[in-house]
Amino acid sequence: MAQAQTPSAIAAPRSPYARRKTTRGNFELYSWVFMRASGVVLLVLVFGHLFVNLMVGEGVHAIDFAFVGGKWSSPFWQVWDLLMLWLAMFHGTNGVRTVVNDYAQRDSTRGVLKSLLYLASAIVVILGTLVIFTFNPCPPGAPAELLPSICFPN
Amino acid sequence: MWSWVAHRVTGVLIFFFLLVHILDTALVRVSPEAYNAVIGTYQTPIMGLGEAGLVAAIVFHAFNGVRVILVDFWAKGPKYQKAMLWIVVGLFVVTMAGFLPRHLMNVFGGGH
Ligand code: HEM
Ligand code: HEM
Repeated sequence: MAQAQTPSAIAAPRSPYARRKTTRGNFELYSWVFMRASGVVLLVLVFGHLFVNLMVGEGVHAIDFAFVGGKWSSPFWQVWDLLMLWLAMFHGTNGVRTVVNDYAQRDSTRGVLKSLLYLASAIVVILGTLVIFTFNPCPPGAPAELLPSICFPN
Repeated sequence: MWSWVAHRVTGVLIFFFLLVHILDTALVRVSPEAYNAVIGTYQTPIMGLGEAGLVAAIVFHAFNGVRVILVDFWAKGPKYQKAMLWIVVGLFVVTMAGFLPRHLMNVFGGGH
């Protein structure tokens, strides 16, 4: 019997498995890993945030400028909130990107939605970061009864 | 299947809350008065119910997220995915049972 002609696109039978080189980078793989890694860390950060702000003391009723001033006078809560801000925003933006990819069928709709998404996320991440680092718990001229106690050393 | 839909819906919901939440927190840079005025609206009964809904959404998303991670990385995960869904539901109920009474008392119990 004559040797069958194998079309070049199909590997010869029983040839060893060779992984095809990806041509588009590994972005989706990294994003998949990131969703899982950031999820685990967010679990701790967000639950801690909710517990301290809603469950301790008077809960929501205790929140005002002085409350935030007291928290952000400590590097511990600054770092906590910064990490939470960045991880939650990247995790959320990446998640919504997946959702847009799944449901927006027309290329142009998808492009517009994702541009809006990235723009909104970038603005919010930059704003949130600046707020944490430029925050002044004792702004000059503000009524004293609205300020945290650290503004009045003894 | 429904757990995937719920994971998706809660994820998107939390994302939009977070956008607004960072903007309202940014008011601390404007003035103590501006921040307190806006935060005051979070302390009304209606918003109190909204916060309860938000917490429910994030508690489900978080526990179910851990389940998704276990299904993906733990060798026996796929086998126990159904059982783990019931564990997620159980943990959700326990967490909310711990949270809701205290939060609702803060919201409706006078406070200020
Ligand atoms: C109803 C529930 C919530 C309340 C009452 C609340 C309250 C607050 C308050 C008072 C602050 C000021 C700083 C601080 O206390 O650490 C803050 C900041 C922050 N919260 Fe929440 N929060 C809630 C839910 C959430 C959730 C679910 C997330 C995450 C998805 C979140 C993410 C953040 C972030 C990232 C910041 C820092 C913002 C910035 O950098 O300007 N919060 N929140
Ligand atoms: C609290 C801890 C959290 C955990 C453990 C967690 C876990 C996860 C995991 C594992 C995924 C991937 C699901 C998959 O690939 O099928 C995911 C998706 C997602 N998460 Fe989270 N997450 C958390 C918090 C958040 C927060 C704070 C947000 C919003 C800012 C968020 C928004 C989303 C969105 C939009 C998706 C995409 C859903 C989809 O593609 O169907 N998550 N989460």
